[in-house]
Amino acid sequence: MASKLEALKSVVEQVLGGKLVSATLALDELTIVCKAADLTDVATTLRDHAGLSFEQCTDLCGMDYSSYRDEPWDGPRFAVVLHLLSIKHNWRLRLRAFAEEDDFPVVPSLVNVWNGINWFEREAFDLYGIVFDGHPDLRRLLTDYGFVGHPFRKDFPISGYVEMRYDPAEGRVVYQPVTIEPREITPRIIREENYGG
Amino acid sequence: MANIRNYTLNFGPQHPAAHGVLRLVLELDGEVIERADPHIGLLHRGTEKLAETRTFIQSLPYMDRLDYVSMMCNEHAYCLAIEKLTGVDVPLRAQYIRVMFAEITRVLNHLLWIGAHAIDIGAMTVFLYAFREREDLMDCYEAVSGARMHAAYFRPGGVYRDLPDTMPQYKASKIRNAKAIAELNANRQGSMLDFIEDFADRFPKCVDDYETLLTDNRIWKQRTVGIGVVTPERALQLGFSGPMLRGSGIEWDLRKKQPYDVYDRLDFDIPVGVNGDCYDRYLVRVEEMRQSNRIIKQCVQWLRANPGPVISENHKVAPPSRESMKSNMEELIHHFKLFTEGMHVPEGEAYAAVEHPKGEFGIYLVSDGANKPYRLKIRAPGYAHLAGLDEMCRGHMIADVVAIIGTQDIVFGEIDR
Repeated sequence: MASKLEALKSVVEQVLGGKLVSATLALDELTIVCKAADLTDVATTLRDHAGLSFEQCTDLCGMDYSSYRDEPWDGPRFAVVLHLLSIKHNWRLRLRAFAEEDDFPVVPSLVNVWNGINWFEREAFDLYGIVFDGHPDLRRLLTDYGFVGHPFRKDFPISGYVEMRYDPAEGRVVYQPVTIEPREITPRIIREENYGG
Repeated sequence: MANIRNYTLNFGPQHPAAHGVLRLVLELDGEVIERADPHIGLLHRGTEKLAETRTFIQSLPYMDRLDYVSMMCNEHAYCLAIEKLTGVDVPLRAQYIRVMFAEITRVLNHLLWIGAHAIDIGAMTVFLYAFREREDLMDCYEAVSGARMHAAYFRPGGVYRDLPDTMPQYKASKIRNAKAIAELNANRQGSMLDFIEDFADRFPKCVDDYETLLTDNRIWKQRTVGIGVVTPERALQLGFSGPMLRGSGIEWDLRKKQPYDVYDRLDFDIPVGVNGDCYDRYLVRVEEMRQSNRIIKQCVQWLRANPGPVISENHKVAPPSRESMKSNMEELIHHFKLFTEGMHVPEGEAYAAVEHPKGEFGIYLVSDGANKPYRLKIRAPGYAHLAGLDEMCRGHMIADVVAIIGTQDIVFGEIDR
């Protein structure tokens, strides 16, 4: 398995050349990072090159690195992470691209490379506010109609901002500010290196 | 001259054939679908965000609630992802138990699917037959974990506990006399493995019964043959997996191609369709039930012959036994730390995928070294399938939408997460 991934890594490095920011092998998985501007080119190459042939995009998800390791994050905050699968060669690849700007994160849409990615991009837009340039139908998908904000960002509280209840006076459901406090039962702890031996 | 008007039709979310809370906005030309726009998210609970505020073990029961007809398969992917990051060794017996229950879950899922799919299209009887067998398998879930559905049985490092030596018995009641009770309890006299083996011996006959009702049924074929055809190229492009991909003729099964746990030691075949229509996907799933039954039998044989531990000895991840906890100071500390603070997963990222009954179910886990995941992404197979609904429906009649939703095996727990 490891030698196969080494082979994949060398092919990827050879084919992508300067467009590759980094390639890491860890836990039997290969992760490559590229610039958001190169994403379309990189994706098309990964799909069409005979030695790679990633015919399928299994997954795309947004990432918000702003509170990673509970420290201020140095670098772009938002990223998209793609998981690619080649049925021909039976290998997987993880592709990550950071969005340049934090205030208005934009990455190119890959709908034309893998058609099935459509909803995954809509989801990342909905939950993280990452805009996919060139997406044909970038509407919200999972949250409520008329929802405000992007709930999976790290600065969005787990209990949200509004709650819904039925108002008997008005005879319809109304939104109101949340009445519950977020609580943390088990604190989040990162241990120092070699804690407890 | 007949005047045909275009309609926009709202299908669901309260429609019995919508398999939950699917809202479909259909644009119709007469009775022909021009565009189908699924609106999802009515069951969105934010499982991924919730998991970021829970410890690793606290998030495990959420996995049952994703795809709530194949509970243990979801747990399986989650446990594999954690095991990949922590590098815990899973005892062989635990791996066999997991595989056996993963296959029991596959049968459970396909039984519900065959019943629901058939009832959608108009065949009432199959549903009742399928639920009769489901009941026995639910009893296995209950015997092993205490819950009929939301088991939380698979744990990082193994399974919660070993298989029980006895099966629960039916008790005497007002409506059943002693003789009827004895009949019901006849296959529950031995251990749980005996019960499962008895089921596995009976089950192929049951699948034959379902096939008698459907496979050559003229109405069934009229409703499924040539409906929702997906070419292999499109299936790959759209991110389909599992029976949706195999129905189109692509031989791809993670259990064979990227085996996890002990699938590489077991003997089974992958059924593959030819035409990529609803009927082929039906045949694929029926054959999968037979193959799962084969795997279950092999696991029963192995588990009978090989007793042993069922959870890892690494007490940073898996809890120590009650007995050692009460007699050993160090184990007590481990137990306390594990249940108050939770396990610490080393920094890194991992993607673990399993061949879920519906397709490829993946967990992408990013840990920054804390006792809670930094990011948990659930890759649900049904999500990609439902996204392809528009393409599959175009040009079909409105009644075929129901057949296509049925063949996709939609469950909203996993799609909305």
